[in-house]
Amino acid sequence: MSPVLEVHDLHKAFGGIKAVNGVSFSVNEGEILGIIGPNGCGKSTLFNCILGQLEPTQGAVKLDGRDVTNMRPSALNRLGVSRTFQLLQVFPELSVRENLILAGQEHQGSMLGRLFGARDAGLSDKAEQMIGFFKLGHLADAKAGGLSYGQQKLLDAAMAFMAGPRLVLLDEPAGGVNLTMLGDLKERLRAINAEQGATFVVIEHNMDFVMSLCTRVIVLAEGKVLAEGTPAEVRANPAVIEAYLGH
Amino acid sequence: MSAPAVQNSVAPRRATGRIDAALIGLILGAIILWFAPVGMGRYGTYVLSLWLVMSIGVMGLNLTLGYAGQTSLAQAAFMGLGAYTTAILTTKYGVSWYAAFALSGLLTFAVGLLLGFPALRVRTHYLAFVTLAFSTLIWLVLRNEQWLTGGVFGISNINRPYFFGIKLFGALEFHRFVVVVTLILSLKLWWLIRSPWGRAFTALRENPVRAASLGIDTRAYTLLAFAIGSAYGGFAGALYAPLVEFIDPSPFSLSQSLFLLLMVVAGGAGYLFGPFVGALLGVVLPEWLRFAGSLYLMIFAAIVLALLVICPQGVSGLIERGWNALRRKTGGAR
Repeated sequence: MSPVLEVHDLHKAFGGIKAVNGVSFSVNEGEILGIIGPNGCGKSTLFNCILGQLEPTQGAVKLDGRDVTNMRPSALNRLGVSRTFQLLQVFPELSVRENLILAGQEHQGSMLGRLFGARDAGLSDKAEQMIGFFKLGHLADAKAGGLSYGQQKLLDAAMAFMAGPRLVLLDEPAGGVNLTMLGDLKERLRAINAEQGATFVVIEHNMDFVMSLCTRVIVLAEGKVLAEGTPAEVRANPAVIEAYLGH
Repeated sequence: MSAPAVQNSVAPRRATGRIDAALIGLILGAIILWFAPVGMGRYGTYVLSLWLVMSIGVMGLNLTLGYAGQTSLAQAAFMGLGAYTTAILTTKYGVSWYAAFALSGLLTFAVGLLLGFPALRVRTHYLAFVTLAFSTLIWLVLRNEQWLTGGVFGISNINRPYFFGIKLFGALEFHRFVVVVTLILSLKLWWLIRSPWGRAFTALRENPVRAASLGIDTRAYTLLAFAIGSAYGGFAGALYAPLVEFIDPSPFSLSQSLFLLLMVVAGGAGYLFGPFVGALLGVVLPEWLRFAGSLYLMIFAAIVLALLVICPQGVSGLIERGWNALRRKTGGAR
């Protein structure tokens, strides 16, 4: 199976602090890779370097073998890479439906074509399906800013799938989400992975969520890869137990 | 990847296909303003026309600032560019007003596009200072390049246009012409804001980082927000020149740009009707306060201060709040 994403010897320093210190890994097509590690170990910085939101100090990022290091986030998204953020990143003044249409519209034809085309960029039906799929139907016309935290998390995740991405990077999708919604979210991620073959990289602190969702897990500590393996292997790794799991 | 096939049992109402209240409001407003000056006299008609012309300039700034979130202190400079382009082309080169109007829009669109480039690197007050410098530069050119602009003596005898052979020289005729042009430009902006571009402008204002992660080319939309907003300034200037029939640099100074900014904020930034309300406060309210003599500016300042303290979203925000409260009270809210 060919790797969709390859990260080679990635470094990111903020002054004297090395947030990411020589991280290398690859993600195969259709895989769900988990990245865990204690707070401040460089997980989100790693995502931001991969996705062009931060410029790596050193190293390379490849998508389908093509070097995409430092590519702008909007250009990466148009290549089929989508993401969610650790903190909520919906557009509060837009309705749930408008948020979803916005999330997919830039993939619909040219810029001029979108100006003179349909107001919904032809995405109303897809938005309705996504609203139903993420159980947001009763909130479709509500402003996103008025939703509960968990509902906004679901919307945030739904937005990441509107453009039909091949690779989705999810930054703490379970953070602040109640158990019922967490179950819904996991079920939906699995369904999208199984039905559409989308590849996932998931940063998460919720061990149950990661271990039950991911097929492979990477453990980061102090900006470096501490361990890598199946969830069972990682759980049993003494270095991981000492550095992170703590039991 | 195709969309997930799971359907929701609840069929939500679609945003598309509704009769748009804003569209009806714009058309009704134009009809009212067509007849409004009857019995009003020359000066009253002039003030109404000036209000509409300023509204066009404020509409442009509302797009740049209110919808796309890009600070600009140069809107009066763009009005100046439009006014002088029209005045020079029509008085010195005999170009028709319609061609001059189009060229004013094109020129200010191009200059606005260039001014947008700093916005790709700096934001908020840093961007405000860049546009402030541009505003000062334009004003100095208008004042000092006498061979082209007439300097402090300005340009006089700016003729009003014909419309299919009909002279628009009278106050009422020209007012009605201004109403039509304002309606056309308002409808264009209404259409733009409802389009996917309008949604992208809002995303740019609310969260540019997230917008970029969704494939929105924030650089292109930032430049477009500046360019289109500036073109509206140019169009306003192109109407202003024949309205006043004489222009000099003073109405296009930095203080006027600040005044236009105030109109956006007081009217309600990011609201379609905000510019009309803001320009009403800026142009017509001082006329209503003339009875107060020299105290009118103080009263005007107090009214604006009170308004912004009570409702930072401006008059349009206040109206929206009241309307939502009324709907909740009557059980109309969904």
